[in-house]
Formats: sequence, structure tokens, C-alpha cells
Amino acid sequence: MSDTPVQTSATVLTVRQVQDYRAMTLVAPAIAERFRPGQFVALAVGGEHTSRLVRRCIGVHEVKSDYGGTVELVFADTEPGTAWLAGRRSRDQIDLVGPLGRPFRLPRDPVTCLLVGGGPGGAAVFALADTLLRRGCRVHFVLAGASARQVFGSRMAQRIGDSSAVVTEDGSMGEKGTVRDVLPRVIEETGADVVYGCGPTALLRSLTQIAGDFGLPSQVSVEEFLQQTGACGIGVCMTCMLPVHGEDGVTRMVRACADGPVLRGDRVRWGDLGTIPFDALGAPRVLSVSEGGLQ
Amino acid sequence: MSERVTTTLGPLELPNPVLTASGCGGTGRELAQFFDLTRLGAFVTTSVMAQARAGRPTPRVTETPSGLLTAMGLPGPGVETFLERDLPWLIEQEVRTIVSVAGSSVEEYGDLARRLRNVPGVAAIEVNVACPNVEDRGRMFGWHPAAAASVVRAVRAHARPGLPVFAKLAPDVTDIVTIALACVDAGADGLTLINTMDAMAIDPQTLRPALTGVSGGLSGPAVRPVAVRCVYQVHAALPTTPIIGVGGISTGLDALEFILAGASAVAVGTALFHDPAAGPRVLRELEEALAARRIGRLADAVGLAHKPAGYVPPQVRPQEPEKEKL
Repeated sequence: MSDTPVQTSATVLTVRQVQDYRAMTLVAPAIAERFRPGQFVALAVGGEHTSRLVRRCIGVHEVKSDYGGTVELVFADTEPGTAWLAGRRSRDQIDLVGPLGRPFRLPRDPVTCLLVGGGPGGAAVFALADTLLRRGCRVHFVLAGASARQVFGSRMAQRIGDSSAVVTEDGSMGEKGTVRDVLPRVIEETGADVVYGCGPTALLRSLTQIAGDFGLPSQVSVEEFLQQTGACGIGVCMTCMLPVHGEDGVTRMVRACADGPVLRGDRVRWGDLGTIPFDALGAPRVLSVSEGGLQ
Repeated sequence: MSERVTTTLGPLELPNPVLTASGCGGTGRELAQFFDLTRLGAFVTTSVMAQARAGRPTPRVTETPSGLLTAMGLPGPGVETFLERDLPWLIEQEVRTIVSVAGSSVEEYGDLARRLRNVPGVAAIEVNVACPNVEDRGRMFGWHPAAAASVVRAVRAHARPGLPVFAKLAPDVTDIVTIALACVDAGADGLTLINTMDAMAIDPQTLRPALTGVSGGLSGPAVRPVAVRCVYQVHAALPTTPIIGVGGISTGLDALEFILAGASAVAVGTALFHDPAAGPRVLRELEEALAARRIGRLADAVGLAHKPAGYVPPQVRPQEPEKEKL
């Protein structure tokens, strides 16, 4: 097993509709064998002579050893690039780079883990659940979405988890509300030792805060932020930057792709996402009109 | 590596003409995961500035038709960290390295050249003149011949004698040839053409500019015809000045187009975001393209488009294996 990512032409096995999302299975043995939970892949979209130059970064739902090694992705086909992906058929080829980014850190001991997934990002916590279960951990799920159709994996969570809770904003499935409303209760009921999360930024932010209130460590994947801001996935384009403070207390702008997507929740300055905090390393010290033309 | 593709850029000799474009190859470590960087003609660093800079807030990139619009705000670790952490790694890997420098004052450019003066292993300096000049109301150095020349002169004065200095020019100026002439007069050994073009996109959902920085730099295949025009015009005016062609190169034929226009080397930029291994691929495709046209040496193709119609470049006989195929 090697840590370096590979670039490969992967063959599409299936593309399925799963509630509001698409699930795509690709044959990519070299990526499957290197993959660790929390990592993602960067896909070229639009074919060989495409006018779309930005790669789409999508978290890996699970890898299997079928057909020599397959990689399964779950995504919302809401923009032209992912819509193109959704239109692929069996045996189509897709240029894939992966596995990329830092994976979830795993506990050394068999502890109780709470896995929180929101929207299509919820898919990424299942690969983690597999690994944790194999290590003898207890695994509890909280899955969230705007409506029932946007909760991914509720049945699978029931099957493999020690417990699972579902919360939707419109109350069409499980409890009505957001993760913020149910998480404190679930943490108390399950006696969780660590909270993992992947999903919308607002969800990760409340997750981190609540875990912090209980004195628990949190590991979150900022996959959604990466999908919205990333262009390359490999750490060269410098477009998916977010403020993170280090052990030394200094805030640095780090790359969601190469320095994440999994980060310690308490290290991310959630309230400052999309800004350069004034005290960040290298932040502009004087805001002047003269800096207006910088590119 | 075949001798067919060796190239010279003034005093700089390179085994092949394919470079990375400044700002597109990270620190080098990221691309090294996908191919051996020594296979490049040279690696051009992200522009180094005196101080660490966080750059602009996100979103600082947006996808446009066949292009990319970026307003990064020149993020970087600053020259100190660059000299301690990034440059030694490149030199250790024996990667031919061209260091791009950027400043907000003439003094900063000169200072950076001085900091690089005694650093062994630097192949050349590229002067990014597309920086706002804080001493002149933030207008870009590259917009004015005198301002562009002043930063080139400052770099030339402080750089190690004999170290090649290239000036990287912006295309969206009244007359790029005048600026090219001013830079060469100021001591530039060569020119890199082109930097990004100032452009803008508005998000129809938010009804606001798509980038935090409002306007940004357009790159990618969308700007290639502009870049080819710039290379052609400057080569026509300054036929002996070496040119590094940049702008939307993603295939070997794209690279050939720049070479025919007058570039002696090409740099791959935005394509690296799409295909991290684009560098070696473009080189392979360029070698194939030259062979298919029976052009023996890359140098024979440089500026060929300027020759009168009917001019035939020196031809090589088809190679033995090709005969067998026939």
C-alpha cells in the first residue's frame, strides 16, 4: 500500500439514483487499495475536450474488492459538472485522481464513536463506520437532511450501527429539527467518546460546538466547503483555503484538499470561513484601496 | 530525452521546452506525487514576495467557459520560508527551478533579487510585473513601459550577474510590444508571455460578482489566442529575444502553436489543475508533433509562422521504424 495518490482512467460500473442523490460505482483498483476513510477523489468532468477545467472533489462512500476494487461516490447533481457525471453509463471512462486528502484519525482503543452525516456528505461516514466496527468500536449514527429524500443511508445506519437517529428540517423523517436539537441528547444516551462528522458547514459548526461543550474531540470532513471552493483537489490551486488555528495559537489559511478534508473541529474558525481573519498569518495589515487590483 | 527538444532561452539551456507556469505548480511537492519533476524543462515557482501573505478570502476562483477566473491576492509563505522550506527541496530533487518574484514596490523586487543572489541552484528569475504598484495608486507595473522597466532594472541590478532574468507581461495593455521593448532595454534576458487577463463573472444566483475580489485573472484555453497573438507580435519586433509562451496550453499541439509563433519554451498552467501530469504529457505530444512534421530540432520550429508561405523548414528523413510500417 502506498500513500501517494494515483491518476487513473476509471470505468463506470453503475450510476443509480438514491433519494435525491446519485451513487456512482467506479472500477479503480489502485485507488480502492490506497483509500482510507475520509479521503476523497477528484474527477475530471465533461470528457477529453471539455471546456470545464475544474475537477470535482467528491468524498468516497465506500470501497469494495469486487471487480478488482471499486470506489463508490455519492453526490448531488446540482451543477453542470456533476450533472454530466450523473449522465454517465456503464463502461464509460472517467479520469480520476485519488485517494486525496487526510483521512479521519482513528482511535487507538475500542471506544464509543458518534458519526454525524448530513446530506450527500453523510455517505462518507459509512466507510469510517466499517473501519471502526472492525476495530471493535461501538458506532452510533445521527443522520440529517432538509427532508427525508435528503437523508443518506438511514437504513444502512440502522443495520450496522449500535443506534441511529434521523433528524429532518421538515419532519418528514425521524425527528423534526436540526443536528443541534438532537446531538446533546444522543451524546448523553450513547456515552460517546468522540464525534465524527461530514456534511454541510453549518452542521459541522454546531457539531464541533456541542462536542466541545461535552469535552469531546471532534473530527470533521469539510467536504462540502471543498466541493464549493476547490479546483484541483491536489493542493496546487490554493483556492479552497480556510482559517485553522494551530497548536501554537497562530491562525493559518490551510487548504481543505491537501491539509484536510478531515480537520479537528475545534481548530477550524467556523465563524471566519470565507474571510481572512485579521490575525491570520499573512493577513493584510492595512486595508487600502491600492490593494484593490491584486490578482 | 531526445535531443530534438533541447532549447535555449538566452543564457539558459534546457533539455526540453515544457515548464510549469508560475502559481500553478504549488511548491512542487504536490505535482511530484504524479511525475518526476526533473522531466520538466524547468519548474517555475509561485511568485515569491517579501512577506507571508494569506491572499484573498474565498471564493477566489470560478469556472468560466474554457477558462478559470482567479483573484488569489498573491498568497504565499514569504521569501524567508520559501528559502528555508520550498527552494531547498526543489534543489535537492535536482529540479531546474525558475523563481518568480513579485513586489508592491520597486524596492521589494530589488530586495528579493538580492535575497536570491547567493542561493545556488536557481536557474533564472522571472519578474511578475502584474502586481499593483503601491507607490503609484495601485496601478499594475505591467501596464506602463516605464514602471515595468523599473522593476526589471531593480531585479537585474541586484541579481547575480549572468543569472537570466525574464519579465512576465500582462496581455491587456495598449501595446505589449512597447512594454516588451522597455523590459529588454532594462536588462531582461527574455520575456514570459502572457500573464492572466483582467476579467469578471457575475453569479446569476447571488446577483453579485462571483469572486470576492470582484474582477480576477482569466486563464486557460479561453486566453490562448490572445497569448499566441502576443508571442507573435513580440517575436516579430524582437526576433532574438527568447520567449516563454504561456496561456491555455493543454496539449502538444497547443505548445507547438506557441513555438511556431516564436516561443522557445512553453509553460503549462491551468491545465495542471485539470491534469496533474499535463507537463510530461504535453512534452510527449510535442515530440510526436515535431516528428510527424519531420522537424528535426525544436529550434527549427521557433517562429516558423513568421516565415513566408512556402518556406520549408529543415526536414529529417523519416525514421527507420516508420519505413517498416509503410
